[in-house]
Amino acid sequence: MTDNETTTAETTPQPAVAGLLAEFSSAEVLRAAAEGVRDEGYSRWDVHSPFPVHGIERAMGMRPTVLPWVVLGAGLFGAAAALFLQWWTNATSFDTSLPNALRGYDWKVSGKPAFSLPANVPIIFEIVILFSALAAFGGVFALCRLPRYAHPVFTSRRFGRATTDRFFIAIDAEDPKFDEAATGRLLESLGATAVETCREPAAGHRVPWGVRWGVITLVVLALVPLALAAQYRSMTKRRPRIHPVQDMDFQPKAKAQAASPLFADGRAARPPVAGTVARDALRDDEHFYQGYTMKKVDGEVAEKSEEMVKDFFDTFPEQVTISRAAALRGQARYEIYCATCHGLSGAGDGMTAARALERRDRDWATPVSFHTPDVRGQPVGQIYDTITNGIRKMPGYAAQIPPDDRWAIVLYVRALQRSRFATMDDVPADVRPQLR
Amino acid sequence: MSAADILHDDLTQRPPLVTGRQDSASVTETVCSVAEQARPPAAWYLAFAVSSSLTLALLAAIVYLIVTGVGVWGNNSPVFWGFPIINFVFWVGIGHAGTLISAILFLFRQKWRTSINRFAEAMTIFAVVCAGLFPAIHVGRIWLVYWMAPYPNQMAMWPQFRSPLMWDVFAVSTYATVSALFWYLGMIPDLATLRDRAKTTLRRVLYGLAAMGWRGSARQWHVYERAYLLLAALATPLVLSVHSVVSFDFATAQLPGWHTTIFPPYFVAGAIFSGFAMVVTLMVPARAFFGLKDLVTVRHLENMCKVILATGCMVGYAYLIEFFIAWYGGNPYEQFAFINRGLGPYAWAYWIMVSCNVLVPQIFWFKRARTTPWIMFLAAILVNVGMWFERFVIVVTSLSRDFLPSSWGEFTPTPIDLLMLVGSFGLFFTLFLLFVRYLPMVAMAEVKTVLPGAHGEEH
Repeated sequence: MTDNETTTAETTPQPAVAGLLAEFSSAEVLRAAAEGVRDEGYSRWDVHSPFPVHGIERAMGMRPTVLPWVVLGAGLFGAAAALFLQWWTNATSFDTSLPNALRGYDWKVSGKPAFSLPANVPIIFEIVILFSALAAFGGVFALCRLPRYAHPVFTSRRFGRATTDRFFIAIDAEDPKFDEAATGRLLESLGATAVETCREPAAGHRVPWGVRWGVITLVVLALVPLALAAQYRSMTKRRPRIHPVQDMDFQPKAKAQAASPLFADGRAARPPVAGTVARDALRDDEHFYQGYTMKKVDGEVAEKSEEMVKDFFDTFPEQVTISRAAALRGQARYEIYCATCHGLSGAGDGMTAARALERRDRDWATPVSFHTPDVRGQPVGQIYDTITNGIRKMPGYAAQIPPDDRWAIVLYVRALQRSRFATMDDVPADVRPQLR
Repeated sequence: MSAADILHDDLTQRPPLVTGRQDSASVTETVCSVAEQARPPAAWYLAFAVSSSLTLALLAAIVYLIVTGVGVWGNNSPVFWGFPIINFVFWVGIGHAGTLISAILFLFRQKWRTSINRFAEAMTIFAVVCAGLFPAIHVGRIWLVYWMAPYPNQMAMWPQFRSPLMWDVFAVSTYATVSALFWYLGMIPDLATLRDRAKTTLRRVLYGLAAMGWRGSARQWHVYERAYLLLAALATPLVLSVHSVVSFDFATAQLPGWHTTIFPPYFVAGAIFSGFAMVVTLMVPARAFFGLKDLVTVRHLENMCKVILATGCMVGYAYLIEFFIAWYGGNPYEQFAFINRGLGPYAWAYWIMVSCNVLVPQIFWFKRARTTPWIMFLAAILVNVGMWFERFVIVVTSLSRDFLPSSWGEFTPTPIDLLMLVGSFGLFFTLFLLFVRYLPMVAMAEVKTVLPGAHGEEH
């Protein structure tokens, strides 16, 4: 007997018949019934069971699924993809027209070869498994056409036990051999304990409005961050970007010019200990670096400074070679640093001095001419000391001129002095004819 | 078949897989009633309160770590790897048993796995969650952890794919993904069962969404079965490779005590060992509290104890052969490393490890121990303690005393180290208790498949 599902009234048009659903109580009967349905030539039908019944595929005449091939293909693709990824990124650095971000970077590690297949195997292996598993998982849903939440069989109350302990055969109304009465009789003859008509779900296959609006809302909300990002990329900003992770930007360390409450002088930088000498800054050669040594007034080196005077050396230090080259060097240096005030001849008539006289500069002290007896009588060490530390209005040139250049200038000054008081005997023999 | 008879070994027929007169309906009722009960037993609430407090403590510790820096741990020179990697290897190892039960026993057609595989796979997922936490938080600048992924960037920098630490990233991520897929796929028919039995709309909608509209169609079962077999075949080499790759973190280094080819099989055997012990630890109380004794019978427990014994012996063999190879190989550093393990400053940890891993499982030679739940429960806990100490011994003793005595140093764990270890157990048990309450604990569809007479007589 066929059960008809009655709705509220006979006059309301019932949804279309979707198929017939027959219930069975054991796997054995089910299997035989499936063979019967298969032999009758039905093609659009299915068997439902709470667990996969052995031998049902053969009983239904089902063809094996294509899933294993899909999985194999995905696995092979994964192997190729993983190998290519590792080769491209770790073993190449091709300069292509692709954006720089896609360029590989074959950095050498300990001189090992750039492409290392054994080292790439673990990741290739894992990617093969991952892609294959994803294909298997996705393949189930694709091949089973799931998720499908609305199906005519779910309208049957009996069908609730399909996932517990009952077995069903469902024959689709779209099958060419389907006839509600004849197919129903067939199913009963095959041992069905109950046969019922399934109808299309009353609400059809429309998605519930709550779900539809929920999805639309989520999609719209998901677009908001993208729109904001696009907006920010297209405009210029006045304020600096937000930098939430400070990392090591602000470090609690003492920098050179910083203040520090720890020390009495309030400075983070500590002066060196008294007597500290920087490397290569120990100027203990007084002759070369100073040009003088300190002596007591009566001639001995003393302890107290008020009794000390400078005792100038009157010879050049041994580091200085007296040579034409040194004199020429001294000339060049003199013309750079000294000639503006002292003049090219050392007479104290340089451009600066001339200008100061012209302006009647009240703070000006005329440079002493080198050719006066006083200066001519000074030991070389004193001239060196004057260049180094200055005298009267002249500043010291220790910062601009290194010691060996200062000695070269001293040599040149001596040459200038000698030139004013030269005799014919000082002139070389081959030049004398030019002077007569 | 009563509970007493199930242990009787009759060689003329297969041992029964369930006790009591079970059919599809009773199996469904037994398993679904656990998830469907309005209030779980009081013990569940107590356990959940404890585990969720520990989880919150773990989260607080992680926030403190990220805000303050990696210095909150005891990692220092020379023991640069400490509790984080020990915990990571510990949890990943535990996860491997679930995949072995699901995948490897499936390939070996061990039908008894059907009662425990869902439970064990859930344990795997949660163990991998706990494991994956530690590499993520140990990087120091966790906001840059995405640099481990090979994405094109303006720096033109790519990860170093030849590094075992990168292999680890791929292996553990793949393992987490595949285990989750396998677990979920296996649950779909059971979620459909819960959907069809649901009494409230909320349950029907939630279980229904998760079940994807499964209707038990034979055509769908066919594809499903093929996918299950393929996933099992994929997961088998995966589980062997994942813990081998984890062992490469150590084996590819030059450190004495680490640089040895025995590490991959030794680690895999140890992982299965600790994982099965954790399954036993969870299963013994669960089957008592949730009335699953007919589905997870004493025979199942006995089989698991046999696996624990076998893998425990493998681990013991590995300990012996390491000493032998150190002596036979003549490398003085390696010889010292192993003598230092047994007699040095961390000898206490070494002897805990040996007694828990080698001596304790030996009780399972005795049938009485294999078939008494409380004995195996205690033994399993000790095995897990021993396996944690094994990783401690491997990491800390080898690092604290390596080649140059002037570089030697001690390792002291900080309270944060200990808090994170205990907290990770809290996270694990929280997830597990939620699973037990809301999801089908036993793979009903698979158990129904192996019930006697389920398929009738085939022609």
